Amino acid sequence: MNYFYKKYIPYLFILPAMVFLTVFFFIPFFQTIILSFNDYSNDIYNPVFTGFDNYVKLIKSSEFYTTLINTFLFLLMVVPFLAVFPLIVAIFINRKIKGISVYKVLIYIPVVVSIVVVAIAFKWIYASQGILNYIVQKIGFMPVGWLTDTKFALFSVALVTIYKGIGYYMMIYLSALIGVPQDLYEAAEVDGANEFYKHLTVTVPQILPTIALVVTISSISALKVFAEIYVMTKGGPLNSTKTIVYYIYERAFENLDLSMASAASVVLLIVILIFSVINITFFENKRYKL
Amino acid sequence: MIKKLFKNTGTHLFLIAVSFLSLFPFIWLISTALKGTDENIFEYPPVFIPKHITFVNFIETWKKIPFLIYFFNSFLVASFTVILNLILSSLAAYPLARMEFKGKNFIFCLILSTIMIPFQAIMLPVYLIVLKLHLVDSYGYTTGYLGLILPFAVNAFGIFLMRQAFLSVPKEMEEAAFIDGCSIFNIWLKILLPMTSPTLAVLAVFTFIGSWGEFLWPSILLTNKALYTLPVGVNDLQGMFSANWRYIAAGSIISIIPIIVFFLFMQKYIVSGQNEGAVKG
Repeated sequence: MNYFYKKYIPYLFILPAMVFLTVFFFIPFFQTIILSFNDYSNDIYNPVFTGFDNYVKLIKSSEFYTTLINTFLFLLMVVPFLAVFPLIVAIFINRKIKGISVYKVLIYIPVVVSIVVVAIAFKWIYASQGILNYIVQKIGFMPVGWLTDTKFALFSVALVTIYKGIGYYMMIYLSALIGVPQDLYEAAEVDGANEFYKHLTVTVPQILPTIALVVTISSISALKVFAEIYVMTKGGPLNSTKTIVYYIYERAFENLDLSMASAASVVLLIVILIFSVINITFFENKRYKL
Repeated sequence: MIKKLFKNTGTHLFLIAVSFLSLFPFIWLISTALKGTDENIFEYPPVFIPKHITFVNFIETWKKIPFLIYFFNSFLVASFTVILNLILSSLAAYPLARMEFKGKNFIFCLILSTIMIPFQAIMLPVYLIVLKLHLVDSYGYTTGYLGLILPFAVNAFGIFLMRQAFLSVPKEMEEAAFIDGCSIFNIWLKILLPMTSPTLAVLAVFTFIGSWGEFLWPSILLTNKALYTLPVGVNDLQGMFSANWRYIAAGSIISIIPIIVFFLFMQKYIVSGQNEGAVKG
């Protein structure tokens, strides 16, 4: 069946991509692990092997502990919302109504705009005398320091991540909704189910794998949050918005503490690896099958 | 009939509300940018349509910030990132889709495993490698640009996407070409690539948008302002204009015009519903 080709041909085609993946993925991956077992603080060119010392230091550091808690709190704020709300939007957009795709384009706009601009726009909305505090006061509450109060800052940042993600996950849900057989809805209608109940009993079970997929992808991207925090709070106030990637960035590029940055990177690698393995073995195994 | 009409009204109302919320941050930035110094931008209740619309903030920001240079840098970096991704992904995907060879499964798994390595966790060694290869702006413009482009020259999603596309091309076409004496490389170039052009377009559009919006890497790497890409330049607005929100808002709006235009032209590739968010780093 296969036409003839010389034995080395396949490798020749793969080689260029492999060179780049090796230089910019595989080598850095192993280097991160090696760096995390060495101490660079005395002489950056003559590291000392210190075993698990960096990890012990990391575990004992209350700053890193806060960082981890913040990261998971952030994940818990973002993921449930991004799993549910885009699905509701997608169900509405999936209706066959003339001109409905205009909404799809409008709702997708925040996805294509740079996160830096989105974060700046929200910083303006969150300003102490800004528009959000006006609305808050109008409905009878005290104005809030959205980005300056330790109780609210992480939530405020999470809202930006949610806002930026709605259109993206809506598209994933839309492509799943197209695959739901129409006759299932007709059967539910015959049984007298209302609109809400119809989607609860037909749509949700039918696209359950996609919901699970959205939960894992949005978890992974929540764990990687950086730009929102960098632009809006720089991890503050009092570390209340410092998440793991921001911590790594700060250690590596501001404090030049290669060892601690790498140990934290390995922690991030392990956490994301767990999510990815769950994702690939349960939800995307068909997608990546040989 | 009336009930149906009512039902659609509800849908429209809901979607209008969601669309409005999606656009609200930008509308509010535009509103602020159009207000002159004679208007209080902190006024309660907030004023959406300025009493005296003025473009002075846009003009002043445009004069003070080299937006054209930022556009050019972003465009250059995004374009070359796209070209490299298209070439490298489709080259690597061809044997993985069509040929039998030793170690195929291993190589494919190796490539897919990079999906599990987030850039954020390896960025420090990537930075050290880029430094060692002298791909930073302190050695010149070209090396600076290369440092921005090369770490993102290929990713597993692209290879995977192209492999799927090649699998859907009927084998008979290649076999006929091969019998006619066409080389393997020419089969790839002249048969497979044209037949998978819709997928190449999708890959190109998503890679372009991703590269255009990339913030973390350029903000780590760049020291020379002349090489700033848009996101880094826009973030810089905050420092330059400290609390002058009229200028910050105007600059932010100027910066998003190109990508909005690009999106509106390319929307059929982006919101067609068949991509399943195939490309995301």
